[in-house]
Amino acid sequence: MMASTIFRSIQNHPLLLYQTALFRRKNGVFYCTMKSTEAQTATQEKQKPPLPKIMKQTKTSDKFSKDYEAVIGIETHVQLNTLTKAFCGCPYNYGSPPNTSVCPICMGLPGALPVLNSKVIELAVKVGLALNSKLSLNSKFDRKQYFYPDLPKGYQISQFDVPIASGGYIDLDLPVEFGGGHRRFGITRVHMEEDAGKLLHSENGSYSQVDLNRAGVPLLEIVSEPDMRTGIEAAEYAAELQRLVRYLGVSNGNMQEGSLRCDVNVSVRPIGQAQFGTKVEIKNLNSFSSVSRAIDFEISRQVLLHSQGQGDQITQETRLWEEGAQKTVTMRKKEGLADYRYFPEPDLPGVILTKEYVNSILDSLPELPEVKRRRYEKMGLSMQDVLFLANDVNVAEFFDATIAKGADVKLAANWIMGDIAAYMKNEKLTINEIKLIPQELAELIASIKGGTISGKIGKEILFELLAKGGTVKGLIKEKDLVQIVDPVEIEKIVDKVLSENPKQLEQYRGGKTKLQGYFAGQVMKLSKGKANPGLLNKILLEKLNAQS
Amino acid sequence: MLGTLQPPRTLSRFPLYLTSRPVTLCTLTAQSPPSTSPAHSQILSIRHSLLTRQVTAAQLAESYLSRLRLTEPHLKSFLHVSDSDAVLRQAALLDQRIAGGEDVGPLAGVVVGVKDNICTADMPSTGGSRVLEGYRPAYDATAVRKIKELGGIVVGKTNLDEFGMGSTTEASAFQVTANPWDVSRVPGGSSGGSAAAVSARQCVVSLGSDTGGSVRQPASFCGVVGLKPTYGRVSRYGLMAYASSLDVIGCFGSSVADTGILLHAISGHDRLDATSSKREVPDFASQFASINLLESKPLKGLRVGVIRETLDEGVDAGVISAIRGAASHLEELGCSVTEISLPSFSLGLPAYYILASSESSSNLSRYDGVRYGNQAVADELNSLYGDSRAKGFGPEVKMRILMGTYGLSAGYYDAYYKRAQQVRTIIRKSFKTALDENDILISPAAPSAAYKIGEKIDDPLAMYAGDIMTVNVNLAGLPALVLPCGFVEGGKVGLPVGLQMIGAAFDEEKLLKVGHIFEQTLQNCRFVPPLIEDDTAW
Ligand SMILES: [Zn+2]
Repeated sequence: MMASTIFRSIQNHPLLLYQTALFRRKNGVFYCTMKSTEAQTATQEKQKPPLPKIMKQTKTSDKFSKDYEAVIGIETHVQLNTLTKAFCGCPYNYGSPPNTSVCPICMGLPGALPVLNSKVIELAVKVGLALNSKLSLNSKFDRKQYFYPDLPKGYQISQFDVPIASGGYIDLDLPVEFGGGHRRFGITRVHMEEDAGKLLHSENGSYSQVDLNRAGVPLLEIVSEPDMRTGIEAAEYAAELQRLVRYLGVSNGNMQEGSLRCDVNVSVRPIGQAQFGTKVEIKNLNSFSSVSRAIDFEISRQVLLHSQGQGDQITQETRLWEEGAQKTVTMRKKEGLADYRYFPEPDLPGVILTKEYVNSILDSLPELPEVKRRRYEKMGLSMQDVLFLANDVNVAEFFDATIAKGADVKLAANWIMGDIAAYMKNEKLTINEIKLIPQELAELIASIKGGTISGKIGKEILFELLAKGGTVKGLIKEKDLVQIVDPVEIEKIVDKVLSENPKQLEQYRGGKTKLQGYFAGQVMKLSKGKANPGLLNKILLEKLNAQS
Repeated sequence: MLGTLQPPRTLSRFPLYLTSRPVTLCTLTAQSPPSTSPAHSQILSIRHSLLTRQVTAAQLAESYLSRLRLTEPHLKSFLHVSDSDAVLRQAALLDQRIAGGEDVGPLAGVVVGVKDNICTADMPSTGGSRVLEGYRPAYDATAVRKIKELGGIVVGKTNLDEFGMGSTTEASAFQVTANPWDVSRVPGGSSGGSAAAVSARQCVVSLGSDTGGSVRQPASFCGVVGLKPTYGRVSRYGLMAYASSLDVIGCFGSSVADTGILLHAISGHDRLDATSSKREVPDFASQFASINLLESKPLKGLRVGVIRETLDEGVDAGVISAIRGAASHLEELGCSVTEISLPSFSLGLPAYYILASSESSSNLSRYDGVRYGNQAVADELNSLYGDSRAKGFGPEVKMRILMGTYGLSAGYYDAYYKRAQQVRTIIRKSFKTALDENDILISPAAPSAAYKIGEKIDDPLAMYAGDIMTVNVNLAGLPALVLPCGFVEGGKVGLPVGLQMIGAAFDEEKLLKVGHIFEQTLQNCRFVPPLIEDDTAW
């Protein structure tokens, strides 16, 4: 195997890589790799019980926080889900054994040259358009130069002064439980670049090994304007980006796998001050909740320093979020501005987009989250429902397909958010993995609404459909579940129940009217649940109250 | 002729054969029968003799190997010579195929030298640097792959200035190559090994690389034909990058036809090189007309511009007179020769050194000791980098990395790199204008003939100045052909001088046609170095 012969760890010559050395990398944090396949969203995360507040300073600074304002900007790296890497033919699969998806190009061997995977451009244009950005019809690649063992060429192919897209904005709705509200955050730029490999450190820290599987995987770096003011806003911005890339199908947006990574910049200033405070960068944010909590911690820390007259202690630095301790700690101080010696990448021709190409991509864009939410809102759904349904593109598509089959909007939403969501959660399935199809959900809703089956039977059928599939009509027929709507037939059953329970009837008529429920239950039981509840109750009452 | 290609018995008596010989003036005798036969295509002769069964590929390979063995101790043009059994096995395989009536490629049996900064699978490829000592690539460069596919046999890896940075081949980390015309002189550089090897007929043709003149200047110094193709004509995949926007793989041969045939073999778009051109590759070989078929004024109407700035101060008088002689030769052949001026010419040298150094500072970052090549023992990451690179790179490379790093640094970028790019645009435009008005431009390939080993080693500026004739062509991305056109005094028998012909982008065809006619009509010049002069095959 090429990997085993060419790949070489630093093992032969033990290297003491101290923690500080590990994080000396200049363009991103070293991401540890927790294995998790569970997709998550900011909204879902927030339903977890809140972590205990262990920062004393929060309380102290709370009383000052009204005098200060935080300014937050985010740099997000999104891994594009192209079949092959950005500049070579290697596939990328998260979690593959080290150095099994490498070639001379992504290993930076002498003489190897990059050739751009045109799919990267297509996905970048999609994201640029979806972020309402202005596309550069003539952009180029540049080399960003620094040394680190996970960077095989000693430079990263990136875009410097002419990004593929610049300007733009993203719209989002804050969750109702956080007070709700619509926000629009500015986007500074979107550019294409390649990912670096990963360092694997030995347990005792005496040596490190390089895994280049990830080297050369295409990334989009999306830089926001410093428009956010709270941890929640920042987390929701990141969640909306995740939603957007998933809607567009350009990335799986998975934070645990590092497919979506956020570095945030936080500064604090007295309210009313136009000038920004000293900004601090925070790295190692592996979930939306850590984005939110890290920022809130950092704001508190900075506000406290300001309020104690120690604002000058806030220095331009990179801080690391420690998930265990729930705090940020200094990773490295900025020693002046890093000089990456950018210059145009001579191995790659310029990136030229034609208007026709851009328009063809524009025409192919799917309905985006913001548009979907506004449409759902107009359909009369509550914001809670809107946010739930539009959160996951697959759920939204399921919902859309269901109502396209004529289902009642509110009922469809209730079924999806209620029993279907609960089932998915219990069984750990996505909506694409359940056996129920939108057409049958629409059929189910119509059958209940039309009185063919009762709501109770409907639920039974639903779980059958979720687990095994099939059609509503087929199940009704197979199990003989059609609702009894013939008053004569119901009357017969009622009569039977009354005649079989003379004692209870006597009690009822003696004034114990609560027994109505008992009789209704008995009738329903005898009808195997098929009696139309309205008719049943009407006839039962008539009979119960009839003068004997 | 090829029947005599047996192990040359006389070579063993070298260096006694370095007898003095008067410097001759080449003359034009297009009509009269030649007094000495002009250079002929070895590749075509080999093909003919193989297909007519006059000689076997194995015999041919053996004759080159034995000449290589005899001359190599004096020249040191190779950093690695292929295992002779392996070479003979490849040759025997070709012989079998020929015997079986199978088709063999146009390079069948052609023994090729490859500059050591061009990757060859399972053969050392060091780029002339300690940092890659012992490194064996996992793959063949595209040009090498094509040569092999067409039947060529790689006989070894030739010496060079480390990563192509130098003009004498003295900056090789491993050895100094000698000039076959005078072993006390440099072969030029950086492709000095490839030029010397062809000059001494250690191989039939060879590959070099040309970033600022690294094919053309050594061709001139060694009296062989050197062809620098248009940027993008030949895939750079597998060429260790020095300055990516200037680098091209080029060809050496002992005749114009051979370089043309080799160019044809390695040209064309490569999906592994985004800067390789998709233009069609013409059949360069079709125009190598025999001298007997030439009319009296075979180049009638061809407009030739002599670049005035290249025949100025600082250029050896002998070189100037050789170029002027070549110009009148072209006139005799029917060309209309005029002197033209390229005012931006002198700007090329500083712009070149800024751009090439800047790109090299980036391209050489990958030699960090982490994945391949020499790794220093270190207990901390910065020392690993620092020591691996300090021990791995030679002084010339370090100097260029430092210059390039400086030129790209914040605060200096605009004054250096960006400005140099602007100069490059001006140079490109001035060449375009000149080539709209002329079919080809001519100049010397170097301001002097080969100088002594060690002469300029401590004077980098003088050495850099020697690149004045060639760097502009790289900045403009144009093709240029260098072919020997005369001699100046020096050594025992005189030293060859090369004429540079510059053509419009992707017009190698015209250069080869003109070069071939020039070569076939040049008389009283025999560009066979004294080292192998007695070998009657030449
Ligand atoms: Zn690869």
